[in-house]
Amino acid sequence: MARIRLDKVSKRFGVHTAVSDLSIDVADGEFFVLLGPTGAGKTTTLRMIAGLEKPSAGSIYIDDENVDAWGPAERDVALVLQQYSLYPRLSVRENLAFPLRSNVRKMSQPDIDKRIDYASKTLRITHLLDRKTDRLSGGEMQRVSIGRAIVREPKVFLMDEPLSALDAKLREALRSELKDLQMRLGATFIFVTHDQVEAMTMGDRIAVLNKGRIVQVGTPRDVYTNPRDTFVASFVGSPAINLLPGSLAGDVASVAQAFEMPITRSAAVEGPVTFGIRPEDVEVTAGAPNEARIHDVENHGIEKIVTLRVGENLMRAAVPARVEVKVEEAVRFSWNPDKVMLFDAKTGLNLRGQAA
Amino acid sequence: MMTTLSPTSRAATRGWSDITIRNLFVIPTVAFLIIFNVFPLLYSLGFSFTDFRASSKDAANFVGLQNYADILADPVIWRSFATTLWYVIVSVSGQFVVGFGLALLLNRPIPGKGLLTTLLLLPMMLSPVVVGLFWKLIYDPSWGILNYALGLGKTAWLTDANLALYAVAITDIWMWSPFVMLLSLAGLSAVPKHLYEAASIDRASKLYTFFRVTLPLVAPILLIAVIFRTMEAFKTFDIAFVMTGQPQAELISSRLYKMAFAQWQTGPASALAYIVLIMVLCITNIYVKYLNKAKER
Repeated sequence: MARIRLDKVSKRFGVHTAVSDLSIDVADGEFFVLLGPTGAGKTTTLRMIAGLEKPSAGSIYIDDENVDAWGPAERDVALVLQQYSLYPRLSVRENLAFPLRSNVRKMSQPDIDKRIDYASKTLRITHLLDRKTDRLSGGEMQRVSIGRAIVREPKVFLMDEPLSALDAKLREALRSELKDLQMRLGATFIFVTHDQVEAMTMGDRIAVLNKGRIVQVGTPRDVYTNPRDTFVASFVGSPAINLLPGSLAGDVASVAQAFEMPITRSAAVEGPVTFGIRPEDVEVTAGAPNEARIHDVENHGIEKIVTLRVGENLMRAAVPARVEVKVEEAVRFSWNPDKVMLFDAKTGLNLRGQAA
Repeated sequence: MMTTLSPTSRAATRGWSDITIRNLFVIPTVAFLIIFNVFPLLYSLGFSFTDFRASSKDAANFVGLQNYADILADPVIWRSFATTLWYVIVSVSGQFVVGFGLALLLNRPIPGKGLLTTLLLLPMMLSPVVVGLFWKLIYDPSWGILNYALGLGKTAWLTDANLALYAVAITDIWMWSPFVMLLSLAGLSAVPKHLYEAASIDRASKLYTFFRVTLPLVAPILLIAVIFRTMEAFKTFDIAFVMTGQPQAELISSRLYKMAFAQWQTGPASALAYIVLIMVLCITNIYVKYLNKAKER
């Protein structure tokens, strides 16, 4: 198992900078998630750790050893890709044995069998061992490709969106399986995803990337409750946070020239700001201070997401499923004054978070 | 007023229905095929049971399977078959090795790759007769460049019965390796890059990766190349004819040419042509079986 450290790593493809000045430190046995939208540089970062790409600048350390000059084979990392990358025309067993047959390892057949046995039991694919890979379903293929990583007992598991080609139910199931697996193996995982739900549910820590730069590194709770800027705030969380322009005078927030509401202050700010409030912190109750109309209702089963219209502005709120609301109905709402986030109107940086 | 015009209605305004247009495309092709392929095929099948000579006025007499029996009992023809078979093996395996080798070399980022590929394809685009004449000059025993360059004195490449087959095969390899290369290149570039990355991370050696990842994936398209080249090599006539004229160790097609157009034995020649056809079909069928198996796996 291993500790991975990236020190000011940059990667340029021609004139395009995919990753710039990126530093992270992944502890041994940690489930570390690289989260960001398409083109944020997550995959490039992962490929540099794997040794498939060479950084244009900066250094990578595995267990405090500089591995810049090492090829992928020497780094002893396992990589699981979105496209499964199973070797075609080989059976599942042969696919699992493939990395063990390498000359570098010189493993005996009984040892190989033992490892395949362990991996296939762990992933519950024992019954598939003699099947050809093109006869497998998507979920089975991804299990096999994870199995191919497990048999190697690598220093670190690198996963590049391994779940995004699967359907929703399967994704959910494999998500908890993967997390469970990581805890049992006690291995270091670096997991790339654009799905914030995966990041929140599996990660010990999350690095949020945007345009090749790290915006924030922190625990899922950290990133959710104390986002560094409006990008992180809106990228993490579903339904997305409400970001509303307005201004602050004393303890009173006046939002989008439509309504006023109190907030609990912790930063000494006056004047124009962007307010951020998560849907679950918006309350729809009779007798609340402000009026809005129901613009839209989404039924999610355990709760309803209602979109409120206040003047020209739309604002989402999560309400319990039992609350009956109709479109265009007038309702009253308030927010939890402790949970309102303040962002700089120009830079988008979190004002309260910086001070706290 | 009509606001949209579907293709049908546009054709309809010109007075052509879809069926008319379809027939316009299909009928000439079918007619051409019947006149120049199907009819001669059946007509010559008829000849193969007669003693017909295209050079004489005598009416053809039906002789049953006599022509077939004569041919299958003729040791000269069997020698021709053996020569042809050996020629096919030498030529096709040569083309396979050179063509696939070139494809492997080209299947990597190198400067000027497009130009290089096009230049390598040139031999394939030449006329076989031109190629034959070029190589005849190259092979010339007294002033050919090959003997000069290799310092082989006056080696008679094309008139020596033991060498002529190889000389022709080398020419064929030169001409048709690009074809195998082209198909192999298509197959190689279709292998997903991420498989190679996975293999490199799995610490597989280059050789192991080649045999376990590359080869199984390009095998079907390689087989197609080999099928084409085997059929063609079996029928080789033009190059051999231009280069060697009337050799002692002759290919089956040269033998066929001699029977049909030098000796005017149209009936027996038709029978021989049918025997060759059946053989080529059998060989091709074996390949097709392998091909289907390779695709299934």
